[in-house]
Amino acid sequence: MEFYFEKVNTSLDKKIVADDMLLTKGIPTTAGSRMLDGYVSLFEAEVLTRLTNAGYGLCGKASVGELAIDLLGETSYKGACVDENGKILNPVAEIIKSGDAMAGICLDANGYVRRAAAQYGLVSVKPTYGTVSRFGMIPVACSGDCVSVMAESASACRDILDAMAGHDDKDGTSLPESKCALLKKSAPVVEIKRVAVITDMLCCDDTVNSAVNSLVAKLEADGIKVDRIENDLIKKSRNAWNILMSAELCNNVSRYDGVKYGYRSNNFTSIDELYTNSRTEAFGDFLKAAILFGSDTLSTENYMRVYDKALRVRRLICEEFGKLFKEYDAVLMPACSAMAYSIDAVRANKDMPYTENLYTAPASITGLPAVAFEGVQLICNYFNETSLLALCEKLEKEGK
Amino acid sequence: MRYETVIGLEVHCELATDSKIFCSCSAHSYGAEPNTHVCPACCGMPGMLPIVNKRVVDYGMKAGLMLNCHINRVTTFDKKSYYYPDLPSAYQTTQWFAPVAVNGLVEIETSEGKKGIRIKQIHMEEDAGKLVHDIREDTTHVDFNRTSVPLIEIVSQPDLSSAEEVEAYLERLKALLRYARVAECEMAHGTMRCDVNLSVRPEGSDKLGVRTEMKNMNSIEAIKRAIEYETARHIDAIENGTEVLVQETRRWDDIKGKSYAMRSKETAGDYRYFPDPNVMPVVIDDEWFDSIQASLPEFPEVKREKYTTELGLSDYDAEQIAKSIALCECFEDAYSVCGNAKDAANWMISEVMSNLNARQMTYDMLTLDGKALGELISLVSGNKVGRANAKKILNAMFDDAAVVPSKYAEENGFIISNDTGLMDKVIKTMVEADPKAVADYKGGKEKAIMAIYGKCMKELRGNCDPQMLRTKLIEYINSL
Repeated sequence: MEFYFEKVNTSLDKKIVADDMLLTKGIPTTAGSRMLDGYVSLFEAEVLTRLTNAGYGLCGKASVGELAIDLLGETSYKGACVDENGKILNPVAEIIKSGDAMAGICLDANGYVRRAAAQYGLVSVKPTYGTVSRFGMIPVACSGDCVSVMAESASACRDILDAMAGHDDKDGTSLPESKCALLKKSAPVVEIKRVAVITDMLCCDDTVNSAVNSLVAKLEADGIKVDRIENDLIKKSRNAWNILMSAELCNNVSRYDGVKYGYRSNNFTSIDELYTNSRTEAFGDFLKAAILFGSDTLSTENYMRVYDKALRVRRLICEEFGKLFKEYDAVLMPACSAMAYSIDAVRANKDMPYTENLYTAPASITGLPAVAFEGVQLICNYFNETSLLALCEKLEKEGK
Repeated sequence: MRYETVIGLEVHCELATDSKIFCSCSAHSYGAEPNTHVCPACCGMPGMLPIVNKRVVDYGMKAGLMLNCHINRVTTFDKKSYYYPDLPSAYQTTQWFAPVAVNGLVEIETSEGKKGIRIKQIHMEEDAGKLVHDIREDTTHVDFNRTSVPLIEIVSQPDLSSAEEVEAYLERLKALLRYARVAECEMAHGTMRCDVNLSVRPEGSDKLGVRTEMKNMNSIEAIKRAIEYETARHIDAIENGTEVLVQETRRWDDIKGKSYAMRSKETAGDYRYFPDPNVMPVVIDDEWFDSIQASLPEFPEVKREKYTTELGLSDYDAEQIAKSIALCECFEDAYSVCGNAKDAANWMISEVMSNLNARQMTYDMLTLDGKALGELISLVSGNKVGRANAKKILNAMFDDAAVVPSKYAEENGFIISNDTGLMDKVIKTMVEADPKAVADYKGGKEKAIMAIYGKCMKELRGNCDPQMLRTKLIEYINSL
């Protein structure tokens, strides 16, 4: 059981760990897949370049689940990390907890970063889509992929966000510098005054419910107005996101065909067999299921009925959040259904990542910023994540 | 029964941009070593993101406007998925939902008269690489130089009905796209490729027959042969029941002169198009649209008409110059400076074209400054530079774009001095050196004088008014 995929020596004090979705020069990047075993990129992720320039030192790369779409990393081709009771462990969170790194830089494609932060009592921020470059990230679901930060404290998240946010000409979806600047520490912070708890999203166990209640109590104690509201549209993010994510994923992983780099089967007599056998041998079961599902949603037969409809649902959900943010500064919901996952339960119920992302899909499908804090998740309007982190910082200080 | 052939074409043209469509690699690798014009982006490596080359959209719009299309002011890119070793990302970025241009019309002329061919759409997309088969080693190599080279695909409606019309249509596309300087359209270079969709139906019927498609045709002659073969095959199938026609993709074997059905495995499949989330919709605002529209050239026939009616050129001269927009622009600039269209046309057709030929350059490759050419023509017509020296100056202008004719003439002693003292001296010397010619001339052989004239001109290095020299020479001889 290895939390590190690859360890790196650094003499710098500000140590960070990257998950294995970030491309690194000279160090392998596999996205947790046998398909990319031994793959070394010719270039480095833009965020790592920016963080290096800001004085952060990479102390290693953490294992991820195959293409980072699972719960916590349990589908890595290197094997799942579990404790003696069969509880699934997350490598990035473990490395931060061990004190090796002050923060983890991860790709949030299907919410694993927020789930890990919530379960470990860490802070994570998934910034507004387009404010942090995706250049050099292994692509999963490009319309929602976000480089995210996981750290011990909200202030550490803010520091790192400050260093990595910014326009990048190498990413066609990167927002202009004027917008990215809203994530910098120098940008003005607005006070969070009203928070909505969506009761429809509180379908979780007692440990999570008590985390929600406990944070609500703290917010109210600080004079923040908290309303419990009903909303049955936001939870529809999940099905729509599963369609969009799987379709994009299917397309993005089709480049791994055994022809150019990565894994190639020894067993083929034609180009078709080379493709089929390489992919059959190298991809894991969950990824294969996602590919099949994604491919199906894009078929001529299903495109309008499934994929196009999911795009329309995405629009509706964006509009719904827009309405909510007219009244509220943030929306509070769980990040996971339970504070721990057992490996046995996940093995018995293989589609769990497609159900457990109920809580993480809303921010993924809309590109809204989300902060995991004290075991739950806060979502705010675009470019307001620093305000949310400032609130978390304040609560951290009060808690001490 | 009489039949008519119904043909629609999908024409791929490589756009003449400097760089590829989504990365900054050079788009020009014709004849280059394999895999020397590549980067992680056009090799499909994970983590690279596509950045749209604005020039490609410029050219896509220009092509659309040249073919009388409506331009979609919000145009988007989509992913088309299929597996093939020459497609490194296993998807081609193309335009499926909102292509840059739609609903156009191209007018062609054949022996049967004029006809309009409707354009369904023009979309921008990236090219794939090339597979190089090594028969000796029984292996296949992949060359990614061509991946992500920008293309437009021009899709016509099934409005064509003969090989002659297809040829006229392709020639017309080539002329218009070359005029707009967006594409070379040279089938021999692979910068124009053509898929032919063909069906046959009883003459006058409004129902379409079973359609077959022949992909990647790369010469007009092959296309003509394939159309004739396919038409005959279809009619034979309908009339004589020789085979059952099915909608399929066929490969044309130009050596055997036959078409073959491709294995269904090669053609079946679902491309699973969807919008590319990495490429934001391209919004063409008024300013951008207007600047492209303003940059469009006149059509070749408009140029020809203008040259004959307004400038008084002969049909032949107008036709020659209108062959290339580069020639037209050079000619028009030269005329604007020298003020004599006939002179300018003569220089274009004799001297400029022969300079291009000598340098093995096509007309489109002409970069000569037309205004400078006009200045040169003025120097000759104003008797300031002799014609032979002017040719030398033009040659220098081809070699070095910075050459200014008047300056170059001065520096090289090409300015006609009309120094009568010097002229008299030279005439005297040359006449005395050739008493036989003088005697011949005086004896009635008028042509005998030309030898002396030539020697004088040579001695004066061409820098004198030919008429003046001739007059003075005759006067001198007569005075002896």
